[in-house]
Order: sequence, then structure tokens, then C-alpha cells
Amino acid sequence: MSGFVFSEKQEKEIEGILAKYPFKKSAMLPLLTLVQRAERVVSPEAMVAISNKLDCSPAYVQSVMSFYTMYHTEKVGKYMILFCINISCQLNGCDKLLEHTAKKLNIKVGETTTDEKFTLHREECLADCTRAPMMRINDTYYGDLTEQRIDQILDSLG
Amino acid sequence: MTQILFKNIDMKDLHTMKVYEEQGGYQSLEKAFAQKPEEIIAMVKASGLRGRGGAGFPAGLKWSFLAKDVFPRYLCCNADESEPGTCKDRELLLKTPHMLIEGMILCSYACQIKTGYIYMRGEFHDLSFIMDKAIEEAHAKGYLGKNIMGSGFDLEIHTHLGAGAYICGEESALLNSLEGGRGEPRMKPPFPAVEGLYAKPTVINNVETLCVVPYIVNEGAEKYASLGTEKSKGTKLVSISGHVKKPGNYEVVLGTPMREIIYDVAGGIANDNKLKAFIPGGSSTPMLPADMVDVLYDYESIAAAGSMLGSGALIVIDDSVNIVEATLRLISFYMHESCGKCTPCREGTRWLYQIVERIMQNKGQLEYIEKMEDICDNMAMKTFCPLADACVAPVVSSIKYFRSDYEAYFKNTPVGSV
Repeated sequence: MSGFVFSEKQEKEIEGILAKYPFKKSAMLPLLTLVQRAERVVSPEAMVAISNKLDCSPAYVQSVMSFYTMYHTEKVGKYMILFCINISCQLNGCDKLLEHTAKKLNIKVGETTTDEKFTLHREECLADCTRAPMMRINDTYYGDLTEQRIDQILDSLG
Repeated sequence: MTQILFKNIDMKDLHTMKVYEEQGGYQSLEKAFAQKPEEIIAMVKASGLRGRGGAGFPAGLKWSFLAKDVFPRYLCCNADESEPGTCKDRELLLKTPHMLIEGMILCSYACQIKTGYIYMRGEFHDLSFIMDKAIEEAHAKGYLGKNIMGSGFDLEIHTHLGAGAYICGEESALLNSLEGGRGEPRMKPPFPAVEGLYAKPTVINNVETLCVVPYIVNEGAEKYASLGTEKSKGTKLVSISGHVKKPGNYEVVLGTPMREIIYDVAGGIANDNKLKAFIPGGSSTPMLPADMVDVLYDYESIAAAGSMLGSGALIVIDDSVNIVEATLRLISFYMHESCGKCTPCREGTRWLYQIVERIMQNKGQLEYIEKMEDICDNMAMKTFCPLADACVAPVVSSIKYFRSDYEAYFKNTPVGSV
């Protein structure tokens, strides 16, 4: 019934993940992360596939998934921009920079560009406060941001 | 200044086994295995090491609370670093992952634990690769796995990533998350030392706490305890951010004057503005006004001044800042991160947000301040976990010390801007 199938490579990875834990339900977040990173979205079909792996209901998977901000029910862009707006970044002028970034991408905060290249999210503290203002794009942290630096970073991403 | 954790922190390739070992890494293991597990616990107790994640609970005591003769036991390293202003663990994980592994081996040996997890916040995905590589290297060297260095002691360590939830830094929420559930805190007792991960006795320690342990085993408890004050021993990593000339992570001996940390270590206030306020231990700790800058940087002195040393995140705020604006940002954070399980927290954070927002729209009245204090009263100490208290801290302290910033709105003359 599941329209979502893990690839062979993913199946191998899942074996490794499951081996870390005495109870398979602990693999919930790792499996959701695996799907999110591969698909840029966690679809209902993927939730079913995960539930089959972990012997729990799809509803339970959804109840966990919806708790965490890094899983998305709508596909996010190729580049996920998390722009920190918490206090250390606020004190260093992040609000104007976030506005600048949204304007440059021609989207509102929270949206994805029509070519599905960028998604821009306001984010709480990302633990790089000594380089504030900062943002995270996919796995990379960028600190000491200025308008010019943001432009350079965004332009460099293919 | 004495440097324990940061002594070699910027050394090239310190994250590799080769360089870490050249600097004396993993030498504590042989010393530890020559002693009984309970002797290591006694040593950590005698060192006076306290939890560096925020609560400052004595580490050795925490280890000794594990339910007797119940196995398996687990170690969870809390690497969910999310307290606004805090970024010291990130630097340790990035630059010296082997120090954490060494600390985890010592803790596990002392507590007779065979499985350890490093719970890292989901945004640290890149660091998990570094950590996994370090674990692999430690395996290859025989520092992890079966019968480590012929001691008969076995240990496996695994990384585990969260997925974006501040609350998972709270230890019982972390356990629920690691078990594959929502990161909602548990009712305590039972404490994790009795019923933790998979309902088994569990030690949960912050990254920095565990990283200190190799030094204690190598150099002895007395040497560590000779640093610091009567009750706050050793050194502490401080993440200094905000309006300072040289923001950064620094290691300071506990008991150092705050003035020295802000004006010497961090180079003073940026743009030659004046200090208005500082948050000594992360956004969950009450802010203090500039005239309290002579407080000493240790657990007791900061508590006596009405705040907390917390996670060691020192946020410096200059006099161009409107404290109401900064406070609203923090309330917004707690509102966003409240897991929603306890009503005072779920509703209280939202009400506070709505009230302060109205004040900032010049729609407030003086009575709003009283209402905020009343809401705070109904939030503090009334929930499963301290997230509600954490939201109350900046609100109450901002009213206490910067009431005039609120009142200016009622007169339509707001003070400065962030």
C-alpha cells in the first residue's frame, strides 16, 4: 500500500541506523531525517514506509514528525536558508539582513522561490552567536553576515 | 590564564586522532583503568566539577545517583546546544571531538555503562560527520569496542541527531526524543539516574562537562579544585556575544570579575557605546544592569546578584538598545519552543507575547506591567520543566531593571531601538 520505496542504498543505511539502538523506535528521527534530506519533504507515503520499518502506526510517525521543525510537509527548496533572528543576531542587525535576503530572493520569509531553489525561514538560535548575525544554508553555517556577503553567498550557490 | 579545554583548541587538525594523541590525548584511560570505577567517581566528586549545561549540578554526585545494580545503564551526552547565546559545545565538537569521546569513556567506565549516545541538535548535521569519523578512529585504536585496552571494559558510542526543538535540551525531553517520540519533558521523579533512557539508569551530561573529565583523571582532582572559588571550581567556557569588540568563546577561571571578561577578554563594548545590560548565562537567565558589572563570574556570586551562570552564554547589550524590543524577541522564542504540554507555559508565553507586542504598538497601559508580573507568577515553578521559568526570567528582570523602557511607550517616547 505504500507508494514510497526506500532505495537499496537507503536500505543499507537503515540497517546501520537500526543497529545503533536496542529498540527500533529510536530510529524514528534518523529515518525521518533520511527521508527529509533525500526528498526535501516527508510525504504521507514516506510516513507509511517508516511506520512499516519501525512497527508503529503511520499516525504515530506523523505525531512525532509534526513536533520537529526540520521536517516539512511541503517540499522545500534545494537550498534551505535558516536565518537566525534570536537575541545575539538581533543585537547585530539581523532583521534588516533577513529583509534584504527576502527581497533579493523575491519571496516572503517562509516561502520557496518558484524555481524551488531557495526556501527562506526565520530560525531560532543556531548556536553560532559569536559570529552573529548568521544563517545556515543546508549544512553550512555562515557568520558575520553583511548585505554584501549575503549577496555573494547566494550568488555562489548553483 | 589557565586553559584546560581550549589549551590547543586552534591547533591544526586537533580533530584527528594523530594530533590529539600527540597532545597527550587518551592517556587518561590507562590511569583510569588502573583504578576501580568508584574511585573515578570519587575523584570527579572531589574535583568539584559541576554540570556545564546550565543547572550546575555536581557531576560526580549525579553519577553516584545511578540506581544500584541495575543494568544496562546508558550515557547520553547532551549536545543539543540551543540556549540562545550559547555556542561553546559547537566549538568543542567541531575542533576536539576526541576530547569528548575520551571524557565519555571515563564516565562510562566509572558508571559501568556500555552504550553512550551523543544527542546533537539536528542543525549540527555537519558536526555529526566529524564526530562519527572520530568514533571510527577511536574504534580502530581500540579505545572503543570490546575489552578496551585489555581492561575487560566494553563501550560503544553512537551519534544521534535531533530535528529542531529547543526543548530537547531538557534532559527528560531529550530521552523521549532519543526513544523516537516527541520531545516532551517527563514528570520527575523518577529521575533519569533511576529511570532514564528505555527506563534504565542513565547519566546525562553536557559536552563541556564530559570534556573536563580527562583533565581531572590526568592531573588529579586537587589540581582542578585548586582553580576557581570555594564552591565554583575550575574553568568555564563563556560564549560572549552581542555588543562587544571581540565576540568569541573563551575559557575563564571561575571567580573572574565580570568586568574583566567584558572589558578585557572581549575587548569592551563595540562602537565605544556604553554598557546597558548583560545576560550572564543564556537567554533563560535574568538580565542584569550595567551597574552590576563588578559581580564575580561564578555560580554563587551570580546567583547572589539575582541571576544564573547557566550555560555560560554572556550576552552584552549596549545603551542603544530598547530592552522591550529585546525582551519581546526572547518571549517570542519561548512561545515558539514551548512544547505545549503544560498550560501555564503554552498559554503564558503567548499572553506575554501579545501584551508586549501591544505595548510596542503604543496600545499599552501602565496596568499591563502588573498583568505581566501576574502571568509570570502563574508560570514560574508550575510546569514539568523549566521552559516557563526560562521565559519568566528575562521578562521579570527587564521590568525590574528597565521599567522606564516600558513606561516610555505609555508616554509615546520609546527608548532607542535594537
